[in-house]
Amino acid sequence: MFETLLFYVFSGVAIVASALVIGQRNPMYSIMLLIASFGALSGLYIQLDAPFVAMAQVIVYAGAIMVLFLFVVMLLNAPQEDAAEWDRTHPLRRPGVARFGALLAGLLIIQLVWALVRVNDASAAVGARGDVAAISSVRSVGRVLFTDYLFAFEATSILILVAMVGAVLLAAREPGR
Amino acid sequence: MDQATLRFVIQLVIIGFTFFMLINASALLVLAERKIMGFMQQRYGPYLVGPHGLLQPLADILKLLFKEELRPKDADKWLFTLAPIISVTAAFAAFAAVPWGAETTFFGLLDTPVKLGVADVNVAVLVVFAITSMGVYGIVLAGWSSNSKYSLLGGLRSSAQMISYELAYATALASVIMLAGSLSLREVVDAQSGYWLGFIPRWYLFLQPVGFIIYIIAGVAETNRAPFDFPEAEQELVAGYNTEYSSVRFALFPQAEYINMTTMSAVATDLYLGGWHGPLLERWGLGWVWFLMKVGVILFAYIWVRWTVPRYRYDQLMQFGWKWLFPAAVLNLIATAAAILYFNV
Repeated sequence: MFETLLFYVFSGVAIVASALVIGQRNPMYSIMLLIASFGALSGLYIQLDAPFVAMAQVIVYAGAIMVLFLFVVMLLNAPQEDAAEWDRTHPLRRPGVARFGALLAGLLIIQLVWALVRVNDASAAVGARGDVAAISSVRSVGRVLFTDYLFAFEATSILILVAMVGAVLLAAREPGR
Repeated sequence: MDQATLRFVIQLVIIGFTFFMLINASALLVLAERKIMGFMQQRYGPYLVGPHGLLQPLADILKLLFKEELRPKDADKWLFTLAPIISVTAAFAAFAAVPWGAETTFFGLLDTPVKLGVADVNVAVLVVFAITSMGVYGIVLAGWSSNSKYSLLGGLRSSAQMISYELAYATALASVIMLAGSLSLREVVDAQSGYWLGFIPRWYLFLQPVGFIIYIIAGVAETNRAPFDFPEAEQELVAGYNTEYSSVRFALFPQAEYINMTTMSAVATDLYLGGWHGPLLERWGLGWVWFLMKVGVILFAYIWVRWTVPRYRYDQLMQFGWKWLFPAAVLNLIATAAAILYFNV
């Protein structure tokens, strides 16, 4: 009973906050709402008996990435998305881009409906795997990460390294050239 | 009263006691800071309110309560109000995962022992780390929403500093976690019970001296204390991120800082100094007294450093964090991993 109530609170906060993220004119509010949404998601992870994933979610997304977002918004000092400039001329508002976005949104909705229809099978599959707490423990996550998914893990780390080198290169370029 | 009800009541009492101690810790630390500062500068410090100035924190709080609350005209109303609340909430919440005493039955009152501490979480180290890292939002938002250049610069410096030192901090934590083989602070403490050769306590301090130093330095930087107190460097930034705050809203920032210091010291005690383990007292069920004393020693060192070491320059802080502290922490992590593999420590 209490667990169910908590589930609705967490998912409600996650959905409402995520929806409000798009609706804000002030990017600072968007960031704070996104953090609230991440926090609610981490609550859901705890309810799924995955405390490690929940804490990783808070540390990585809410604690590190969003601080970086905040940093950028503060440095750009953009309290308002300027409505006049933003409206027609912005490349994101061109019809081609907008149609592509609509297509992606449609795909996402189809995916979501498909997932919700199959939800009964999925819950059975999780139950069949046995002890959820043991699967999601740090030890087993680490073991799987460095054996079965080693290639994906290393590829991701190289990707991040490349992005980092690229960022340094862009930042170090002299303005004259 | 049956056992279940009694248990529930005792758990509530423990939570209330922890909260009460934290509030008192912030008040006492203000006093201790001013007294120790006075001692180091060869003067008395606060002396007039109460015996030897003991009631000075109470007088400070009352004064702040009756001050007028000001808000700059162009400040962001919501975030300006939210910022101190985030700061102080994160500070209090982080301590919830810190255990501060062994299991006890309260001299036979309960049939099964209860654990001293607000919540016994099996990923406590991560919980503390995650919640303290939320505290940075309070400072950043306070800086941004005040709509003042000094506040903004203070907030910017703070976020850059916290991101930089969090890495070294987390890497130092990881070495201890590997040694103990657990993310639960309670299990880390229990792994440190007993003695080597009969008299050296099995503290991780002796296995991880480098890690301990890195943890303490990064901890001082994380809590924005001198010599790393750039967010509020008064010669350059007036008062930094809290320049525009007054009254209770202002009071919440120092309170959050002092509670964060306490949490940092309590976690250091659990991770490196054997928590509540110690001779004699532990046998009488008073291990938490050891815990309090160890936390007190670290807190004293905090204050000691603040009044004896001058502030760094900002670029030196960044260089030190990225070029010395973080590589040292990584080397320490690798050395620890190698030692565990080859010597089965």
